[in-house]
Amino acid sequence: MSLTTIAVEHLSKTFGHSPVLQDVGFEIRAGERVALVGPSGSGKSTLLRHLVGLTKANRHSDSRVTVMDRCIQRRGRLARGSRAQRCRTGYIFQQFNLVGRLSVMTNVLIGRLGCMPRWRALIGRFTPEEHEMALRSLKRVGLEELAHQRANTLSGGQMQRVAIARVLMQDADIILADEPIASLDPRSAREVMDTLQRINEEDGRTIVVSLHQVDYARDYCQRAIALKHGQVYFDGPIDQLTDIRLAYLYANAELDKPHESRFPASAPTALRVAG
Amino acid sequence: MNTQTPSMTTAGIDKHGKRHWRTLAGWAVALGVLSWAWQGTGMRPGLLIENADNMLVLAGDFVPPNFGNIAHYIDQMLVTIQIAIWGTLLAVVFAIPCGLLSSENLVPWWIYQPIRRLMDACRAINELVFAMLFVVAVGLGPFAGTMALFIHTTGVLAKLFSEAVEATEAGPMEGIRVTGAGRIEEIVFGLIPQVLPLWISVSLYRFESNIRSATVLGMVGAGGIGVSLWVTMRGFQYAETATIMLVIIVAVTLLDMASQFVRKRFI
Repeated sequence: MSLTTIAVEHLSKTFGHSPVLQDVGFEIRAGERVALVGPSGSGKSTLLRHLVGLTKANRHSDSRVTVMDRCIQRRGRLARGSRAQRCRTGYIFQQFNLVGRLSVMTNVLIGRLGCMPRWRALIGRFTPEEHEMALRSLKRVGLEELAHQRANTLSGGQMQRVAIARVLMQDADIILADEPIASLDPRSAREVMDTLQRINEEDGRTIVVSLHQVDYARDYCQRAIALKHGQVYFDGPIDQLTDIRLAYLYANAELDKPHESRFPASAPTALRVAG
Repeated sequence: MNTQTPSMTTAGIDKHGKRHWRTLAGWAVALGVLSWAWQGTGMRPGLLIENADNMLVLAGDFVPPNFGNIAHYIDQMLVTIQIAIWGTLLAVVFAIPCGLLSSENLVPWWIYQPIRRLMDACRAINELVFAMLFVVAVGLGPFAGTMALFIHTTGVLAKLFSEAVEATEAGPMEGIRVTGAGRIEEIVFGLIPQVLPLWISVSLYRFESNIRSATVLGMVGAGGIGVSLWVTMRGFQYAETATIMLVIIVAVTLLDMASQFVRKRFI
């Protein structure tokens, strides 16, 4: 289980003139539950989008993103077949990104499109096995009785769990979740995080979740990667992300740079705690 | 209130004065355009009063309508509706790919610019002009009218369809893209459900207006009730004309109601 699932090297991204990610690098092992924390605008979403090729890194940088031993992008160019590679990686959005006018069932079945023969995908013909699989996925997130409702009739928490069911349909080994609970009430947020944790524990799927509520990160994740101004500020076991470190993470003003002097780090640009 | 807000926000009497001057200039231009157009159209409302007697005589010729030929006119109206049905259906079928290909958020500029210009051309020429061209090309009759409606309506619908596409949210499509689905699946599952209600609504509206357009296509020999309309008016048989107009009004009203019903069902 020590296999590296996600490897990011020298990732830099600039939007216009503002650098969003600066030389970010880390590795994630299979089955880990990693929280990506940091103040808003620190580049968490941009980082996650790079991992599935929704965003391309700067051209001139020496960047490389590898997911499950396959190159997703290198030097800002998407690798060939990275679209097909995406079905091995599930992605959950803050705004759910379900298709509101389609039924919950169809939204879940959509997760299968990438793994189906092209002609069946185009006309939307799903087999009885796929329907059964979709029902099982919905059952795992506790929503099987809503299968035939339109997706836009659900509450936020339910929509997010449908999105998780869609990821389960992909049979993805990795689940990336971009602020999955940011627009949810505390109870729905707990339900969504519980579901993610259960999937990680039962199936051993790797989970990387960006969160701005550190409490949730502490409750649900073993490891944290903290970003500040687009740089890795902390990377280590969650219990070492102490309150004082968090205070510096979220403080702005002059405390821009990682504080090597106060917290001696093994890596020059980041606090890296042996885990 | 209105004059005070700009002076407070823009700070400075100069700027306020300039704005005032510009507003006046705008009104002057607007009035200028209106009076220029008035001259051009030869508007003489006095004529309506001076010639009131003539008009009364003319109106008198319309009543009572002569219903003797009504069966024939209803047949002609049915042909008109048939022209509108196929003209609109073909247009919808072709406007879907053309609309998608002229949407900024789906294709690069070197695809959407040429397609948009082509659709502009289809839209710019009136149905009647296309009808005259098709009468020459395929001969007199409803087929020429159908083709004319089809070409013009494709141009109109492609624009309306692509506007709907450009107003959609990118989120659902991204949600499908990350599952590893192809570009076309992304459009079929993520985009079409978002735009479908609007597409149905504008298609039905174009169907209604195509029925109205189809009633005059016959005047240039492109089939439908327009032929009878033209013949009776040229022959000063206003009692017949009145019957034809009544048939048109009844048919258009009924079909508007039917399309309203369909719209409510789908949206």
